[in-house]
Parts: sequence; structure tokens; C-alpha cells
Amino acid sequence: MTRSRVVVVGAGAAGWSTVEALRRFGFDGRITVLSDEVHLPYDRPPLSKQVLSGEWEPGRAQLASAHRIAEADVEWALGVTAAALHSADRLVVTVDGRPYPYDELVIATGVRARRLPVLARDALVLRTLDDCVALRERLRTARSLVVLGAGFLGLEVAATALARGVAVTVIDPQRHPLADRLGSAAASSLVAQHRSRGVRVLTGTAVCQTQRVAERDFWLLRLSDDTTISADLVLVAAGSVPAVEWLAGTSLEVDDGVLCDSEGRAAPHVWAVGDVARWYRPDLGQHVRFEHRTSAVEQGQAVARAICGAPATGRAIPFFWTDQFDLKIQVWGSTSSAADVDVVFGDPGGPAYVAVFHDGDVASPTGVLAWNAAGPSRPYREALVRERSTA
Amino acid sequence: MNIQVDADKCIASGACAQVCPEVFDLDDEGVIVVLDAAPPAELRAKVEEAAAACPAAVIEVHDQSRV
Repeated sequence: MTRSRVVVVGAGAAGWSTVEALRRFGFDGRITVLSDEVHLPYDRPPLSKQVLSGEWEPGRAQLASAHRIAEADVEWALGVTAAALHSADRLVVTVDGRPYPYDELVIATGVRARRLPVLARDALVLRTLDDCVALRERLRTARSLVVLGAGFLGLEVAATALARGVAVTVIDPQRHPLADRLGSAAASSLVAQHRSRGVRVLTGTAVCQTQRVAERDFWLLRLSDDTTISADLVLVAAGSVPAVEWLAGTSLEVDDGVLCDSEGRAAPHVWAVGDVARWYRPDLGQHVRFEHRTSAVEQGQAVARAICGAPATGRAIPFFWTDQFDLKIQVWGSTSSAADVDVVFGDPGGPAYVAVFHDGDVASPTGVLAWNAAGPSRPYREALVRERSTA
Repeated sequence: MNIQVDADKCIASGACAQVCPEVFDLDDEGVIVVLDAAPPAELRAKVEEAAAACPAAVIEVHDQSRV
């Protein structure tokens, strides 16, 4: 009798969570993980923080110890890029032509950093561990860095680079970056924190033209306000696009990610998890793609449960965080849909506060934001959990 | 079962204490506190679920015999 085989394409948090959960829920067949990166599963959030700053060696970002990796009993195909999916034959074929037959396929290829048409290839991006090590190396000698994009990644890199003594300019076409993620008050405070520490933040500004002065090793950027700035390094942190090229021509529905049902099923015996996946959300009546560390884990576990026939569990409270300078900002639940915001601890603009997002009743929160206040936010987060479980 | 945590990596999400309050609590700054580093076997599934739910991969669960 042949053992059944799960093939996971992608070795990030979503792929690894699927593997880890498959074993936990008793899957004793073969597991093969294909990844176009050569590294064992590692965590991405530290790449713009501890690993980039040099505080951690890259190995510290690994998602599992050697012991756990061995226990998971996985056939690792690292540095191997999937090129095609033949779902009728249940086969993944790699760029070098090798076939990987599967009984169940889990697509966890994540996203790629978005490139900007206005920039030549030489601009840096930060998505992978190799990107991080390359940027870290360049920051050793760079005097100035321009970051294009004032999202979490761009601002985290700005904070890290500034601490390394690099002059940093952040440019974003949006007038109020991150307002949709943090609410407008916290988003403005965060930008203000950057400015007060010496980061130049240009909002509502686009880059119109770029020139790489190769012989003198710097960039000239002409901006939408008709000014020109120069920089030793340019990092593009302008979001990302799902890594789905290898799925072209398949029966899978691909539209800003792999469309799945509410359990992560993209087609019979094909699942998708993490940043690349757009699961149907019955409560929202639409397919949604989340680039959240916690969502990656949750989806990996849900698909592992489904493959193993284990009962499904409810969704956890969404959570994301960012660490910049000495600030830790955390958000549980949703800040975007709420009608009201009440500050329940500390003062906005002060060193620490907690804001509760709600629809008229502060005791029934939809979201909780902690600004350097993980401890004090606890009862409000617990209220959020209670609210969710009784909803 | 034996639990090892790398508290320096903790990002204070509180997920562990939410999933398995019998074994995990949080300090005043929201950082993980292990209440019982060798909990009874019947908590295994919950402890493993908490380890998996941690967004910073702080918690590892080992079989006692292997540690």
C-alpha cells in the first residue's frame, strides 16, 4: 500500500504551519515541501527589525528548531521552483522538469515584493531572508536611504536604518498612510514619531522619474512636487503581489490570489493558505486575502484539519503588530469598520495608551489598539474575545 | 511533556494565554509567563495549539523523554 502524499509549495509561515499541524493531527503519510528559497522555514517579521538591525543572526528567525524539523519528517525540496500544476493528473512540475505527484496539494507560495515601473531593477526590496542580508550589508556603508512606501514594512526599515546612522527619507503617494490599518489618529502619531526622530517623511508625494548615477553609485529621484533628492540606496516597500504565475492556464480561479471556498479549497485536492490565498468569507459575502502572520498560521492549521478529517475550529481574533524605534503598536480585531474610538488607558500623544474601537458600546469592542501598552490592553482584548464568542 | 520558551522573542500577542490559560499567563508587559513547564499529558493538545498559535514561534513542546 502506498502512503498518501501531501505536497506543500512554499516554506513560509503558512506552509510550515500546514506541515506542523498535519503531523499534530495525525497525518502519517509523506509530506514534501517545495520552496524556491534555499532556507528552511523562517519567520518574516524579524527581517525588517532584529535581523536587519544585526541584533539577531539570520538563524534566529527560523520557525522551528532542528529537533522540530526532524520530528516533522518532511522531504524538503529547497531551491526548487514550481513551474506548472496539472490538477487532472495531480502533479506539480518544477522548473527543472521534475514531477511531484500528490494526493493533496497545498499552495503556500505567498507574495512577491511589488516592483515600481518608475525604478530600474537595481532598487532593493525586502521580502526574503536573502533580501534582508543584502540590505543589511548595504546599510553598513550607505549614508542615505530612500524608502518608497510608508506601510509597516517601509516604516520599520526606516526606523531600523535610522538607528544604524543612515539618513532616511520615506516617500508615499498617500496623504495619510496606514490610516486604514491603525485608524487615523494612531497613523498620524506614528508618522509624527518618525519625523521627530529625524526621518524625513514625504506623504502625498510620488516619484516621477529616477536616475541611477552608476559611476558615482547613487540615485537621483524627481518627485511630484518637482524637487529632486539623491540617495545611496532606494528600497521599494510598495506592497506585494501574489506569487501565482505558475498557476496560469490551470482550472484554478486566480484573481489577486487563489480563490478558495471558506475552508481553503481551491479545487478538488488543491488548497491554498497564507498571503497567496483568497478565502471566501461567508460573514463578509466575499473572497478576502490577508497578508497577516496570524492568518497564515490559522489557514495552514484549518487546511491540515480538513485533510486529516479533524473538526474545524472557529476563527481566532485577527492580530497584527509593528515594532518601530522603542514603539510597539498592536491591533486585535478590526479598527476600520468601527464607528467610534474611545481611549481607555493613557493619553493619545503620550508614551502609552489603549484605544477601543466600537459601534456605540465600548463594552462590545470590534477592535483594540495598544500603543506601548500590551499589558494594560489585556482586559479589553479579553472583552473582544468574549464579544466574538457570543456574537 | 516539557515546554521551552524563548521569551526574548515574545511580541506580547497574548495568544498563548488565550488558547491555554492553564499553562500560560502574561506579565505586566504582556510577555509570556509559563505557569507549568511540565504540564500533565491531558493538556498536550491545548499546549500544542498554543505553541502553533504564537505569531512569533516562541514556544516549543518536547516529549519529556527526548529532553
